[in-house]
Amino acid sequence: MEVQKQLLSILVDNEPGVLSRITGLFSGRGYNIESLSVAETTDPKVSRVTMVTSGSPPILEQIQKQLNKLINVIKVIDLTGQEYVKREMALIKVNAKPDHKAEILRITDIFRGQVLDVSQEHFMIMVTGDTSKINAILNLLKPFGIREIAKTGCIALSRG
Amino acid sequence: MKLKGAQILLKMLEEEGVDTIFGYPGGAVLDIYDALMDSNIRHILPRHEQGGIHAADAYARATGKVGVCLVTSGPGATNTVTGIATAYMDSIPVVILTGQVPTPLIGNDAFQEVDIVGITRPCTKHNYLVKDVRCLAAKIKEAFHIARSGRPGPVLLDLPKDMINSTATYNPLGDVRMKSYNPTYKPNIRQVKKVAELIEKAKMPVIFSGGGVNLSLGHEALTTLARKTRIPVTGSLMGLGAFPGTDPLWLGMLGMHGTYRANMAISECDLMIAVGVRFDDRVTGKTDEFAPNAKIIQIDIDPTSIQKNVPVSVPVVGDCRITLELLNDLLEQMDRGKIAAKHEAWLTRIEKWKKSTPLVYDQKETIKPQFVVEKLYELTGGNAIITTEVGQNQMWAAQYYHFNRPGQFISSGGLGTMGFGLPAAIGAQAGFPDKTVIDIAGDGSIQMNIQELATAVQYNLPVKVAILNNGFLGMVRQWQELFYDRRYSSTHFSHSPDFVRLAEAYGAVGLRANKPEEVEAVIEKALATDKPVVMDFIVEPEESVYPMVPAGAPINKMLLV
Repeated sequence: MEVQKQLLSILVDNEPGVLSRITGLFSGRGYNIESLSVAETTDPKVSRVTMVTSGSPPILEQIQKQLNKLINVIKVIDLTGQEYVKREMALIKVNAKPDHKAEILRITDIFRGQVLDVSQEHFMIMVTGDTSKINAILNLLKPFGIREIAKTGCIALSRG
Repeated sequence: MKLKGAQILLKMLEEEGVDTIFGYPGGAVLDIYDALMDSNIRHILPRHEQGGIHAADAYARATGKVGVCLVTSGPGATNTVTGIATAYMDSIPVVILTGQVPTPLIGNDAFQEVDIVGITRPCTKHNYLVKDVRCLAAKIKEAFHIARSGRPGPVLLDLPKDMINSTATYNPLGDVRMKSYNPTYKPNIRQVKKVAELIEKAKMPVIFSGGGVNLSLGHEALTTLARKTRIPVTGSLMGLGAFPGTDPLWLGMLGMHGTYRANMAISECDLMIAVGVRFDDRVTGKTDEFAPNAKIIQIDIDPTSIQKNVPVSVPVVGDCRITLELLNDLLEQMDRGKIAAKHEAWLTRIEKWKKSTPLVYDQKETIKPQFVVEKLYELTGGNAIITTEVGQNQMWAAQYYHFNRPGQFISSGGLGTMGFGLPAAIGAQAGFPDKTVIDIAGDGSIQMNIQELATAVQYNLPVKVAILNNGFLGMVRQWQELFYDRRYSSTHFSHSPDFVRLAEAYGAVGLRANKPEEVEAVIEKALATDKPVVMDFIVEPEESVYPMVPAGAPINKMLLV
């Protein structure tokens, strides 16, 4: 069966061990996590986990059911196929020789990125967007020499 | 009222209706044991923590109450892991209380420290590390609620020594309310109507009942459904007892060592009503060819069980008993006589399978293990609580003893834990002191927890152990015979203890039968003895369990003798 992606927004009790219950479920049952991001919500007792998983449709169905079965999981929202907004963020440390600086700033500008840190030899650029936008800027910056990169997982909320 | 953690714990156990706990003391739980001296709760001391957890598990299976096991930190806790996984796989409500090193030492690799919450996360329904004594009562209440509700399962509470020693105000608590846990008991009535409609249309239906029917006490509703509509019933290993094993509509167990007629009926049926089952691979064989002509209805309280292994036409999420009762109500408004009449041709066909290919064995000079189980059935009037070890003994017990009620057959189904049977018999006997409890064992499995004979003797729990002694790890030997060219790698015991003298050394009674004609006398004597008895039946060494579906084959492709 065809492998599909699934974007889940999961509300969980903000307690020690909850994340390991979730990741343990995935490793124990051989499910995939493509990205994961977790943070407290406005209610300090509740955290939101945003997760991209992949698998065949029956596996995706099992993933949702198994997550729901965890006692610390309050709600599983499947955003796939819904109207939603999703973002990732990347911090990119790129070599910036004097004669490349203008070009790099121009690219950053086109992608509505921001320069967070500058030295003689490098820029640190922050860019947000979906995976393809971040991959696009990475491709453009690659020729200058990317020193380091840190990316968040995907976060998302439904519209409306 | 200010109480110490240990006192709050025992108070809560009493409030939850706990009258018996199985436990083993140690440094981290000294304070709980001290408080136990002033409690009315009966404490049974096994000889190994694994014995304690299995006994607590079987106590739950036999009585329907939550089993409780109390152990110390570190090795005490890790020794329960096999038993916790056993209970988890079979959905048995057990609460495990483990001692833990004092909270300031957690994470320091302190003496007898282990992260038991981390270790048991994948094999408990839920677990807790309780660091604050003010939360203790609420967590205990939650633990019992989670263990016994929905699809039951084991819940572990890890209790640091300093928490147990500190004091808090104890106030009685109301009912547990959890926003993240709310099992669905009442099914969607539209789904149940669909089930009734499919039953009305079916010509060759079969009911496939599992552990969920036993756990929900849905046996009476199931029996009504089957008898009023004349639908034959098969069951998984965990489902035995949910439908009377003596009823003409009973097909016997399904699956790898199921009866010919059960496996054929499932393979040919046009409608399968699966209740409280999870379609384990030992039942389905090759899933692509499992019940190829059937519409499948699956009723289960756990949504993850539905469609996990087998695609389903009508899923029904709900408690098995409640759903079956609703279904019976709906069918009562329809013409059940007409529905039943449609099944006669189908039942005749099944009867032919039963006649052509029954369960058989050939009793010659050496004792056949099947013969022993049949005699046990006869001489106990089919009324004993049977526990089993794992392997051939378990399959013969399932095939040749006929069960009539939930909690009568106690066996490690999902995990297949050798060494389960004797401590399980002790747990069941602790729940029912006046009933006959028999552990049907093999000479391999029994040696995994044989130390518990001392427990049986100490507490005067007169369990009977029937060892089907073939000198082999019989089920593995059978696979080696059939699939590994009879290369018996490490399955033969060239030395075993003298089980009769071993029993006597423990203070139990030891009996032996070498010949078929001695079997009956040995069983009769054992049943008449008011002490634990070990019966050593020297059986045919290379007897195999048949029918057998080779792993991964469709279930209608059985090896027959």
